[in-house]
Order: sequence, then C-alpha cells, then structure tokens
Amino acid sequence: MLRFIGRRLLIAIPTLFLVITVAFFMMRAAPGSPFDGDRKLSPEIEANVMAKYGMDRPLHEQYGAYLAGVVQGDLGPSLKYKDKTVLQILQENYRVSLTLGLSSIILATVIGVSLGVLAALRQNQTTDYVVMTIAILGVCIPTFVTAPVLVLLIASKLGWLPSAGWNGGALPNLILPIVVLTLPQVAIISRLTRAGMVEVLRSNYIRTARAKGLPENRIVRRHALRAAILPLVSYLGPAAAGLITGSLVVEKIFNLPGLGKFFVISALQRDYTVVMGMVIFYAALILILNLIADLLHAVLDPRVRLS
Amino acid sequence: MTGTILTPGSRVGAQTMEKAARGRSLWDDAGRRLMRNKAAVGGMIVLGLLVLAAIIGPYFTPYAYDQINKDHVWAAPLTNGHLLGADSLGRDLLARLLTGLRVSLAIGLVATTVSLIIGVAWGAVAGYLGGRIDEIMMRVVDVLYSLPFIFFVILLMVTFGSNIILIFVAIGAVEWLTMSRIVRGQTLSLKHKEFVEAARAAGLGDGGIIAKHIIPNLLGPVVVYVTLTIPAVILAESFLSFLGLGVQPPMASLGTLIANGAQDMELAWWLLVFPSVTMVVTLMSFNFIGDGLRDAIDPKDR
Repeated sequence: MLRFIGRRLLIAIPTLFLVITVAFFMMRAAPGSPFDGDRKLSPEIEANVMAKYGMDRPLHEQYGAYLAGVVQGDLGPSLKYKDKTVLQILQENYRVSLTLGLSSIILATVIGVSLGVLAALRQNQTTDYVVMTIAILGVCIPTFVTAPVLVLLIASKLGWLPSAGWNGGALPNLILPIVVLTLPQVAIISRLTRAGMVEVLRSNYIRTARAKGLPENRIVRRHALRAAILPLVSYLGPAAAGLITGSLVVEKIFNLPGLGKFFVISALQRDYTVVMGMVIFYAALILILNLIADLLHAVLDPRVRLS
Repeated sequence: MTGTILTPGSRVGAQTMEKAARGRSLWDDAGRRLMRNKAAVGGMIVLGLLVLAAIIGPYFTPYAYDQINKDHVWAAPLTNGHLLGADSLGRDLLARLLTGLRVSLAIGLVATTVSLIIGVAWGAVAGYLGGRIDEIMMRVVDVLYSLPFIFFVILLMVTFGSNIILIFVAIGAVEWLTMSRIVRGQTLSLKHKEFVEAARAAGLGDGGIIAKHIIPNLLGPVVVYVTLTIPAVILAESFLSFLGLGVQPPMASLGTLIANGAQDMELAWWLLVFPSVTMVVTLMSFNFIGDGLRDAIDPKDR
C-alpha cells in the first residue's frame, strides 16, 4: 500500500513541476506586462518597478527564484493588487469556490447515484427512459445556458431568488449557482451508476445472492451497489475538473467573488504571480483528488491492489 | 428464392448462400442497427438540416450577419423583417445565428480532425511498439489528463491572442487524450492477431503495418468517439467564447451569441433563447448519433 502511494506521489510531483514550468513560460511569452496601465509609466519608474519585483533579471533566473519560492510555500506578491500576496488572495477567495464545489459534488452524487440505481432496477421501463432523458439533457445543456436561463426565469421573471451576488453566503444566493453546477454532474453520475449497476446485476454473485433468497433490497444495497459505484470513484478527478471549469462560468454570471473569476481577469491583466498561484492551486487540487481516487479504488477493489 | 431447399452440393443453395454472405458485412450490420435506432436517425435528420442551414442559410437572410441597422435596435422577433429579432446594434439575429452555427460546426470539425490525427497516431504507435516506449507515451497522457486543461487553453488564448486557427489547435490539442487511450487499447489487442503476423511475415515494416492494418481496423471505436468529440469541442469553444476568449466580434459563434444574449436577456429574451436552443439541439443530435453508433458498432452490448 505504501509503495502504491509512493509511486503515485512520484508521478504527481513531476506533473506539478511540469505544470508550473509550462504555465510560467506561457504567461511570460504573452505580450504586454502587468504594469501597462491607462497611463504610460516613464521608463525610469517602470525600470524601478520591474527591479522591485525582480523582473529585470534574465527569465531563467526569475524562473529559478520563483520555483525556490514555491518550494518554500511562497507564491510571491500580486502585481496588480498592491499590498497583497498571492496566498492572501487565495485565502480570501477560496471559500466561495469551495462552498459551491463541495455542495455540488455531494448533491450530484446523492441524486445521481439514486437516479442511476433506480434506472438500472427498472431497466427499459418508463422510469429508466425518464432518467436517461434527464441525463442526456444534462450533458447537452451547458452551464452557460442553464445559468442565464435560470436567472431570467426564476430570478428576474418570478423573483423567487436573487439573481447575483454572494451576500455572505446566504442560502438564497447559493441555490441557483449550486443547481447550475450540479445538473451536468448529476447527468454524468447517473449514467455511470446505471451502466455499472446493469452490469453488476447480471453477474453470477448477484444470482447466487438471489438464489440464497436474500431480499432484493439487501441485494441491491449490500452486494450490487458496492461494486457498481466503483467507476464513480475514478470519476472524482474529472468531476473536480468539470466543477472548476463550471465555476469559471457560474462565478462570472452570478458575480460571485470566487477564484474562477479571478483567474480569467488576472490572466488578461498579466498578473503573473496570481495566475501562477491559481494554476498551482487547481493543479494540486486535481492531482490530490486523483490520488485519493486511486487509493479509494485500491481499498475498494482488491484486484487493483494486486496488480 | 423462398421455398428453395438448401441441400449440400446443390448449385442453387450455394448461390443463395453466396448472396446472403455478400449482403452482411460487419458494417452493413452496424448500419442496419443504426437505422433501427430512432433517436440516432432523428439526430441525423436534425443535424443534416442544421448543417444545411449553416452552409446555405447565410446567403438567404435579408440582412448580413454584421450589418448594423440603427433603426432596428432591439427589434423583437417577426418585426422589421427580422424573423428572430435583432440585437443591441440592430443586427439580424437569424443571420448571426446561422453564421455562428457555421463557425461552431467548423470549429467542431477542424479541431476534432486535429485531435483525431494526434490521438490515432499517438495511440497506435504506443500500443504497437509496446514496452518502455508505450509506458512513457501513456504516462505523458496520464500527466496531461490530470491537468486543468481549460487553464492552459485560457493561457494560450491570452498569450497568443484569440485567433480562430489557434482555437482549432488549442482545443484539438487537448481533446486527443481519450482518443489516444482508446486507440492504444484497440491496437494492443489487434497487434497479436493473425493478419498482422501474416503482414509481418510477408515483410511489411512497422510503419506499414500500423498504417495499412492497424489503423483501418480501429475505425469502429474511432468513429464513435469522433461523433462524441465534435460536441465536446463545440462546447469547449463556446465556453471560451463565453468568457470572451474565443471568436471575436463582429464574427459570431454559438458561444458568443449566448454570452451576448445573457448580458441583454432582461431587455431582449430572444437573444438568449434562440442561440441557446440551437446550441442544445446541435449538441443533442451529435450525442444521439454518437450513442446510436456506439450501440451499433460496439459488440459488447449485442
């Protein structure tokens, strides 16, 4: 088990290093600089500012200095938000994204697994078709369609919920963003669960359990579900990636002070350090989730451990 | 030929069997199964109409997609000759929608081709060569898989500015990963088949075997995955356009239209609703076709 974790970590760390390197040089290759404002700085001042942030040195030296900082947990100061370090910006804004992401993934798992099991148990009946239609719709209606349409209908026309804003994380403000983020995940999770369930229900050990005379309820919950949701565990990483992508849209439409909004703005403003910080944060998050998924898989499925 | 009794050695029987055998190749079977799938057939019809509309539609609209009409600002649908209304600059939504659909479909097609070429080449080489090279090549795919790819696309767009060629390349370059995995898996099982042995015995080199024997036999799963990649690419482009990093005005794509529609939806619902519906219908028809093809070609669920 320890060797397994060790091997995965050995892959994760070079990956993170690669991410940092590519992102660093791509960002620096972009035309423009963080100090291009509406007013043109005089060359002397610009040189001073550049020197202050170490940007007068050759690129590979800057890269080395940046890497050394990252290893020590220092992501540097923001170039646009004076007096703030990248870490502070991350700390101040991660809560919104985390709240949305976590609630969405929990909701989506609960709803998606229930729908998927239901569909598999009533295979090729009306319930199955209804669930699978919902799943297809969920895959085909992107977040940037559901979000404005829901705002238009529920917030603007009916006035049931606020259309935007964070409001200290008040529940009414959270409902629409969470629904928008959850829907596509429900679709994917219910499809995965149904597929897994249908396959497992055909297998020999389920037939054995039935032959033993176990009640159907117990067969489904104890025997079938455990094996059927295995594919879901591997979906953890991609789900996180999907939620992050979705959060870029949702935070923009609902005007939420989360990390996703920061990323695009900072990239456009050439706030190098903030962009790098976000890339590292998200890449690490996805790598860690993939690692957890691998471990869970090994714990739940003995066949993985042996190979 | 009904009523003919097939006796061994009878000439009539042999002819009948020959005819029957000719009429049922693997692809014929798949085609028949596909045609029986109502959702897939519906998807093909709708998609056909959409493609037709995207190709010839823009020539038949009364206004050009970038024609600004000061008097028609926020014109509602069915007024002033605007079938679907007009936007904040009085531009005809129908013309913009058809052009946007054309752009989105074109991006879907080209970027998918890019991903197809990279994915098939990468997967086939890795699977065929096997061993250490396979391990390294697939490790690269694993690494790329675990990246938040959308950030790299965003960085790419920011770095090099949004031009349409770059969108093709950027999206194509991130969508090839799954393709390469599928192709590798298939190649692994194909390369030990007798016909590959035979080709090698006949003196064909590795490159020749991959190009002439492995790749043609990969076609089934690849076709299925291509039909599912196109909507994914359209989605990715629209996502970028929605964030303002994709197609630049006055050019339109479904994503930019939805983004603009979302901004102006309180004033003009039609700007949001019609592009959204078009987008969803397009994605759905691709998905129905893809699912239908998978059911038809994939022997697992037969």
